[in-house]
Amino acid sequence: MAGLMAGFGHYTHAVVRGIPSSLAKEALRSCQAEVDVAKARREHDAYVEVLRTRLGLEVVELPADESLPDCVFVEDAAVVCGDTALITRPGAESRRRETEAMKGALKDLNLNIVEMTDENATLDGGDVLFTGREFFVGLSKRTNQRGAEILADAFKDYAVSTVPVLEGLHLKTFCSMGGPGLIVIGSSEPAQKTLKIMQQMSDHRYDKLTVPDDLAANCVYMNLPNKGHVLMHCTPEQYPESVKVFEKLKDHMLIPVSNLEKVKVDGGLTCCSMLINKKANN
Amino acid sequence: MTTEAGSETEVKEKAEESAAQPDQSEKASEETKEVANAEGEEKEKEKEKEGKEGKGISRYLPTWLKKQKSQSQTSPTKEAPPTEEPVAKVTQEEEGPAPEVNGQAEEVEEKEEVKSEQVKEKEAESHSNTSADTEPAKEEKVDESTEKSPEETKKEATEGEGAEEEKKKEQEGEKEAKEGGGEEGQTSIFQSPLRLVRKNKMKLVVCHVTLLDGTDFSCEVEKRAKGQFLFFKVCEHLNLLEKDYFGLTYMDSHEEKCWLDPTKEIKRQIRSNNWQFAFNVKFYPPDPSLLTEDITRYLLCLQLREDVASGRLPCSFVTHALLGSYTLQAEFGDHEPDQPRPLDYIGQATFAPNQNKEMEEKILELHKSHRGMTPAQADAQFLENAKKLSMYGVDLHHAKDSEGVDIMLGVCANGLLVYKDRLRINRFAWPKILKISYKRNNFYIKIRPGETEQFESTVGFKLQNHRSAKRLWKVCVENHSFFRLNAPEPPTKARFLTLGSKFRYSGRTQAQTRLASSLIDRPAPNFERTSSKRISRSLDGAPVISITEATAENGREPHLELQSDSKDHDKTQEEVLKHQASISQLKRSFMEAPPPSPPQPNQWEKRLTSSPATSIRIQQQQVSLEEEIASVLFSRHSAAGFYSADETDCSVPEATLDAVICSASATVCSSSSSPQKLLISSTISAAEVVEPQTEAAPADNTISDTKEPAKTTEVEIEETVVVQEVSRVAKPGVVTVTAGLPAAEQETRKQEVRVVEEEVMLKEEVKPTKQESVSSESESEEEAEYHPNMPIAQIPEEKEEEEEQEEMKKKEEVEEDVSVPDAPSIPAEEETNRAEDDVKKIETEESTDDPMVTPDEAPNGVLPPEEGLAAPTLEKEEPKVNGEASLVEAEPRPQVICCSEPPVVKTEMVTISDTFAAQKTEIATKEVPIVHTETKTITYEAAQLDGNGDGEPGVLMTAQTITSESLCTTTTTHITKTLKGGLSETRIEKRIVITGDCDIDHDQALAQAIKEAKEQHPDMSVTRVVVHKETELADEED
Repeated sequence: MAGLMAGFGHYTHAVVRGIPSSLAKEALRSCQAEVDVAKARREHDAYVEVLRTRLGLEVVELPADESLPDCVFVEDAAVVCGDTALITRPGAESRRRETEAMKGALKDLNLNIVEMTDENATLDGGDVLFTGREFFVGLSKRTNQRGAEILADAFKDYAVSTVPVLEGLHLKTFCSMGGPGLIVIGSSEPAQKTLKIMQQMSDHRYDKLTVPDDLAANCVYMNLPNKGHVLMHCTPEQYPESVKVFEKLKDHMLIPVSNLEKVKVDGGLTCCSMLINKKANN
Repeated sequence: MTTEAGSETEVKEKAEESAAQPDQSEKASEETKEVANAEGEEKEKEKEKEGKEGKGISRYLPTWLKKQKSQSQTSPTKEAPPTEEPVAKVTQEEEGPAPEVNGQAEEVEEKEEVKSEQVKEKEAESHSNTSADTEPAKEEKVDESTEKSPEETKKEATEGEGAEEEKKKEQEGEKEAKEGGGEEGQTSIFQSPLRLVRKNKMKLVVCHVTLLDGTDFSCEVEKRAKGQFLFFKVCEHLNLLEKDYFGLTYMDSHEEKCWLDPTKEIKRQIRSNNWQFAFNVKFYPPDPSLLTEDITRYLLCLQLREDVASGRLPCSFVTHALLGSYTLQAEFGDHEPDQPRPLDYIGQATFAPNQNKEMEEKILELHKSHRGMTPAQADAQFLENAKKLSMYGVDLHHAKDSEGVDIMLGVCANGLLVYKDRLRINRFAWPKILKISYKRNNFYIKIRPGETEQFESTVGFKLQNHRSAKRLWKVCVENHSFFRLNAPEPPTKARFLTLGSKFRYSGRTQAQTRLASSLIDRPAPNFERTSSKRISRSLDGAPVISITEATAENGREPHLELQSDSKDHDKTQEEVLKHQASISQLKRSFMEAPPPSPPQPNQWEKRLTSSPATSIRIQQQQVSLEEEIASVLFSRHSAAGFYSADETDCSVPEATLDAVICSASATVCSSSSSPQKLLISSTISAAEVVEPQTEAAPADNTISDTKEPAKTTEVEIEETVVVQEVSRVAKPGVVTVTAGLPAAEQETRKQEVRVVEEEVMLKEEVKPTKQESVSSESESEEEAEYHPNMPIAQIPEEKEEEEEQEEMKKKEEVEEDVSVPDAPSIPAEEETNRAEDDVKKIETEESTDDPMVTPDEAPNGVLPPEEGLAAPTLEKEEPKVNGEASLVEAEPRPQVICCSEPPVVKTEMVTISDTFAAQKTEIATKEVPIVHTETKTITYEAAQLDGNGDGEPGVLMTAQTITSESLCTTTTTHITKTLKGGLSETRIEKRIVITGDCDIDHDQALAQAIKEAKEQHPDMSVTRVVVHKETELADEED
């Protein structure tokens, strides 16, 4: 068995969920925008295809639920670390039921399920940044202190630090992990400020990769057998300048993934999948 | 005991050597006391001590031998009744495997002594035989030690019953000499700078130490023994060399866990006579794989198992299972389905706070996967995982933030962490922290400004009480020092920078201990694992190696007490005289003395040690140095004032004197001296001016000893020490006294003679010492600052002000504490209490034996090492700074000027340049709410001089303070080594503080002091004389 905190980025499974038609009209969004569901679905299909075919993950696809317009963003419904899955209590009332299907899927994967039952607690998975050594939980519109406490309780091995999310929906809206000890961060002032706080709060040193566009900082890192460092990031069409930055990562397998439609409803690349390392659980 | 005998007898033949060890240790301890006092780095003596202590010996002994001893010792000691004598007997038995001992145990002590001697001889032989690798023997040193030791021991033996003790001492001395030839040379790199200090002749107390494997280790120590003595005993028992990561804890009177300060007497730290301790990891190594020895890792594992099982170190289910599985592998080896033991064990063992069947199954499952892993490998894996846990090595303290929200402050290797519930809400890495301080129950950290910030900010937290605040502060200081510094902060510098408590980490830093560990050259010691003990199945088959030396000592102890005090006194006096005569020598030694990085006994200190108050004095003196630098005159501890107060006690003059001295030594004591103090408070409140040497203060009827005391000083000092020991006799009245002190008017004269390359500066400062002494301690307790980054020294003036305020507060607090003697649980606070206790004791004992006190001194002397720089006290000129000694513990920082009784309304500074002639008067007025006091400072300055005291261009290399106290007079000598443009300059500053209750004829007192100083040091010049006079204006205080 792998030791504690070993194998950051190792994943075997991915849980994804379909896009309901209701996404176009009812999905929550911070700015008004027209969403083309068909385009979004094509985008999502491509995304899942990368996971399944290109990266060889075992993909668990949950069916879309029309009553849950945001259900495609499975990341918010749970936080998985090791063999423990914390089923969250999403900050948005309309999304609370998204966790049910997720819980079932994670149970099927034999994860230890921890549920957030406290009615005062809210937590979106998008506010949880796991660096491999510790958690940062963004205190945002969707996530509160209590939610963070429960997360800390669920993952006792790790330090859980709270950082304020000054701008944007989630913490991971403007940052994510780009590798072991590498934080990809947007260049906006709030993003940089948040990074500073994270660095101050941590006993560990992190490198940072600053990309010009905050939203481009949301990318998906994996460390896969036979593939090494893999990074799914934005496309040149969307954020050309940021892509140039990603392209400096010589050791990474870079996979641009389009996210033009989902971003309209505040969806990032990390939002669309729940990555799990099942081998670690055995 | 009987049981012990059996085991011992078996071992006897082989164990003779071992038996000898204990004796040696005893002797060593005696010597060590001296050494300890002189915290400087006298390697030689240390080596000797070490050798004597038997650690070195233990190495040479075959492991099996050690085992037997340890086993036998442990169990018997536990059984041994608390009584000192019985204990002693037991210990002897344990130590000396010979059955004979057992039988004798009950018999006369003398017999025991004889045995011990024999044992020692044996030891010596054994050492010579066994220790082929021993370092070059230092015979010379040994000789010295032997000579000294008897004297010391005599002195030490306070508690009475001198005749027997004397005999013992003499015997011991002989023994030592014998031993010395063979064994002394051994030096162990591994020993931390702190030395064990012990005296054989003191009363013995049985200490129970709960080890990490849950077993109990008992050993006897002298009542006066310092923390490090016990700690080293335990480490010896454990066969642990990398001991710097560990420490002993005790529960204070508030049921809070405190670290036993190695440099202070155990007795003064623990409350309530509860000699229960626990051996624990104090500094969790961030990377356990860098530890040198498996046994160290094993002990760390034991601690972590406990941490995990108790929930102190939270971890997830999986991690619990993983760690548990490594524990199983380490304790039982490969999983063997046929053997049900592990299963049974699992049921019994606790791996997690809420352990369940599922977890146990998981543990077993994982255990199977560790097949082939050796115990050491399993431990290593355990640690590799445990170290990653976020709460690994984090010491949590409850606190509230500025808004009153409950938080937790976590101190760790990297800095200070702030938690709210389980969430980390802030973190202050050590490099970010400019200053750590506490004031009352507030804990502050000053934060280095960030990139975008222009100003440093201070973050404050509220703790439950000031004890908690101080405890947290100390932990921070220690952790920062251990993990961030290459060497412990030199005391001197620290002093300059610091206000309040001068507490500093006195042990080795991680860097140093790693270096030392890298030099460990011994075959990996075998050790027994817990499971093997419990289940009687040993994986390694290796017995536990432990040698208990303490026991042997016990036997002697009772006798020791009996030893004649008179002898001790005489010796001390002689020593004092020698000290006086050997200033030049001191200088040299200073010059030679290496920088104070690791606090080790200096020769100075050693010499000084003879006087009980040394350690304390040193600290105080150091403080005084700081003050001087700041150009601030503070009279910290003037016992004299108190004495004057003691007038009431006139009936028992001697006793009072002792008490006074004691009080002074105890710092707190000054006020504390119980009944006297009480009286004092009332009387003093009126106005007390004591000028001991020149004019006996009228008020001091009892004290009547002005100059006479000076030479007697030594004796007195010793007494003081005794007093502290005696402290148990606590008298209620004492407490109240302390409170009274503040009101009292006190005048203290400090004469500082600074010799800068032959130049002597004389400063006489009259300051209200009494209150100061108290206040200083109190301050330390209440407030303290620590500059992790060793920033530039703070401006003295600021400090002064702060100090004053602090003092005020402290005084108040102190008073409170005094009123409730037992109340102070925190070590720092304890001081005050102690002082009180001491005072009480003094009173009682004083009447009986003054000499008794001396023994105490030795222990105190040992303590000073914390400050490292602390200079040995010189008893030369004026006797007794004992009072200061107590203060020392408190580590007075910046003691506010003069006695600074808070109430000071008017301050008059008179500066006379030209030795006596010119007078300058400066008037400063400070208003303190409560009491009105007048402060007069008169400074006589020789035209030539420079302000040595203040800003010195050079770098202060070392500072040592020698203090002696008489009833009314305190002499402080600072030796400063300065580098100026490549030239090294040594300056000796001598400060004489005369305190009295009534008005003092300054001129007369000054003249007298200067005269004496010149007589003593003809080659020195008086550069500055300051007379500081503080008088209470009114009785308002009441």
